[in-house]
Amino acid sequence: MMKSADVATTNGTEPATPTRSAKAAGAVATWADERLGLGTAMKKQLRKVFPDHWSFMLGEIALWSFVILLLTGVFLTLFFDPSMTEVQYNGSYDPLRGVHMSRAMASTLEISFDVRGGLLMRQMHHWAAMIFIAAMMIHLLRVYLTGAFRKPRELNWIIGCLLLLLGTIEGFTGYSLPDDLLSGTGVRAADGFMKASPVVGTYMSFFLFGGEFPGDQIIPRLYAAHILLIPGLLLALITAHMLLLVYHKHTQWPGPGRTEENVVGYPLLPVYMAKAGGFFFIVFGMTALLGGLFTLNPVWKYGPYDPSKVTAGSQPDWYMGWPDGLLRIIPPWETHIWGVTLSWNIMLPILIAPPLMLMVLIALPFLEQWITGDKREHHLLQRPRNAPTRTAVMAALITFYGLSWAAGGNDIIAIKMHLSINQITYFLRGAVIIGPIIAFMITRRWCISLQRHDQEKLLHGYETGVIVRSPDGGYAEKHLPISETKAYTLTARDREEVYTANGTADEAGVAAPGGKVAEVAKKIRSKLSALMFADNVQKPTAEELHEAQHHADHELHELEHQIATGPNKHGPTDDDH
Amino acid sequence: MRLLNRSAGRLSRHRRGPIAGLVVLLLGLLLTGGLYAAFAPAQADSTQSQEELVEEGRELFIVGCAFCHGQNGEGVLTQGGDQYGPALTDVGAAAVDFQVGTGRMPMAAPGNQAPRKEVVYTDDEIAALSAYVASLGTGPSIPDAELYDPDTLSDEEYDEYVTRGGQIFLANCTACHNFEGSGGAMPRGGYAPKIRGVDPKHIYEAMLTGPQSMDTFSDGNIPPDDKKAVIAYLDTLNEQPNYGGFTFGNLGPVSDGLVAWLVGIGGLVGFAVWIAAHTTRTSKEKDGADA
Repeated sequence: MMKSADVATTNGTEPATPTRSAKAAGAVATWADERLGLGTAMKKQLRKVFPDHWSFMLGEIALWSFVILLLTGVFLTLFFDPSMTEVQYNGSYDPLRGVHMSRAMASTLEISFDVRGGLLMRQMHHWAAMIFIAAMMIHLLRVYLTGAFRKPRELNWIIGCLLLLLGTIEGFTGYSLPDDLLSGTGVRAADGFMKASPVVGTYMSFFLFGGEFPGDQIIPRLYAAHILLIPGLLLALITAHMLLLVYHKHTQWPGPGRTEENVVGYPLLPVYMAKAGGFFFIVFGMTALLGGLFTLNPVWKYGPYDPSKVTAGSQPDWYMGWPDGLLRIIPPWETHIWGVTLSWNIMLPILIAPPLMLMVLIALPFLEQWITGDKREHHLLQRPRNAPTRTAVMAALITFYGLSWAAGGNDIIAIKMHLSINQITYFLRGAVIIGPIIAFMITRRWCISLQRHDQEKLLHGYETGVIVRSPDGGYAEKHLPISETKAYTLTARDREEVYTANGTADEAGVAAPGGKVAEVAKKIRSKLSALMFADNVQKPTAEELHEAQHHADHELHELEHQIATGPNKHGPTDDDH
Repeated sequence: MRLLNRSAGRLSRHRRGPIAGLVVLLLGLLLTGGLYAAFAPAQADSTQSQEELVEEGRELFIVGCAFCHGQNGEGVLTQGGDQYGPALTDVGAAAVDFQVGTGRMPMAAPGNQAPRKEVVYTDDEIAALSAYVASLGTGPSIPDAELYDPDTLSDEEYDEYVTRGGQIFLANCTACHNFEGSGGAMPRGGYAPKIRGVDPKHIYEAMLTGPQSMDTFSDGNIPPDDKKAVIAYLDTLNEQPNYGGFTFGNLGPVSDGLVAWLVGIGGLVGFAVWIAAHTTRTSKEKDGADA
């Protein structure tokens, strides 16, 4: 009964020996191994075991789209000229021929129309960037919702958050490079955001632009950041992220044979080499398909940037959409003090909200650790329902994010759904505050009721769909006990205890060390702990399970008895008596 | 040929006859009168029909427009003092031709903006309505085709107009109508409509008269030639292929983000599920007995 498809079926120490003769690849490997000793050096890593689950491959999407970004990016650097020198366009796109523009814009048009495969590469690069950040975000959700950020992986969580930040900045710098109308509008907005910082704003803007906006410095500077500085940092952090992954070993779902001390799955070579390698090609294929079939950023239609021009539907790429949305819906709050204007309407959504969101993300594991007081290592994942408050916190954050994001497209929503942009704005002003609270409450209760459902399955079995009529005419659905494997998986979690803040002063009246602050902190901690755990459903004890088993046996016995003696023993054909 | 010679000969015999002079005179008068009737009287006739046209327009106006715009186009105010239907005394024929010619007028229901819909009146009726409203006061008249029609340009001129028109378009129009002319949102449920695939005459008239929340781009602001250049640019946008592939309404980064999430990430997560579901088999027989 305990044998599962995912557990090794042998304890043998002898490795399997191939019966077929080595093929060409094998011969090459042997040749190299005999001379370089690669096999011995890599043995440990190549046989590294990874567990199998679709949600463990989300980070991989991000990794592979980053590789695609590097490949297509190298191609683009061969033709892109990051210069703001004004030239007259004389390429093959007729409607812009003769128009004055920067070399950056002219070379972007050249890539799009005169370099073979250039437009495909440009669009693949851009689509891959959109997917890169989206993949990082869904990977973050997976890690958070399954509790994979707990000790010892807190640092990797922080690295992941920094990757998300850097990816976003990298995306923005890339978006700004073509110097078309859309990207120029974005840079102009960034200039405005910088200038909204009190005291240092104008200085920052002048340093960055090398004078008044737009100047002739910003594109080369963004280019240096885009192709050297930020990719370097990204590469370093991704390396650290993956090294830590190897060092910590991958987390796994609980199940028979899986403990906090082992990893059950398949070795890197050949299984994950094939799976991950194959997935790279799938990600590449998807990007190529998008790049080949779907227009992304038709710069030739935006034309060169000119501060006197603007277009409706000027939005940032999706990952900058949520601060833009907050900016769109915030009321016009300003303070005038000593002849200085503090633009809260810009500072709050752009200069305060995104860094605050990042801080909250980084703090989440530490906050949870402080409340639970759990300093143990965790390698087994938790189902989202088994951490209702944690799941609800993320649901609230996503709701806030999603609503702010929708606000970033308020004009498109207005024209496509025939709504008033004002009413959308008023609605979202309230919704970004109330929505997350509602989402928190619903998700938390939802998780708890799912826990109750699990409890029911453990104690009363699963619903068979068989309806039984008792001799006195009542109907009841027959339940049967779930398999031991399933019962094990459902119960493979810890019992939670609510932290109580009593004992702040001992019996002799001596206050606990730390004084008043520590006392208040303890009180807060106990309140939060109660919020996190008090309503959760704890798994049944062994006695409860045995009793339930006994009860089920008894019920089954009784039922069989009823069937044997009741009217149902006759077939439907002889019910005429 | 012989027949012709013979008849000419017969005719020639009478050339010195007593009534020959009279016949030639009559023929001459007939020809002159006929030619005059064919060409010149147009003016005399149109003066007549212009009055008729205005009268016909007035009758149509009283049936279809006067309820909101007043019996004499003087406009109607609500009890609160707002405009119910604006005065049409100085809007000119071009405004009527645009509003009625694109189906915006008559409105199906009061609202903050008259949507473009099926045209209700025939071309003759629109001409009559335009003539009537033009007779109420001043205002731009319906433009001639050579002012707006990009087809009247030679190929070299066309390219020059397109390039110039694109820049004028981006400077004056895209802020509301979007870089592709796909339209954009305006306050309180208003919108700048999609302007792709619109009749060049109506684009010209819209610039000239500034319908609804649109600015009026007078000839001093954007000269007729530049208006024609904008129309030529929009014409190119209609003609040119989508170089980058399919678009999603040409709405900018919002629709791109939607595609990245729905198609890109959605598809890749689907593949991840697929890959994870297909794993190596340790043995040929399936051991799912207790799974």
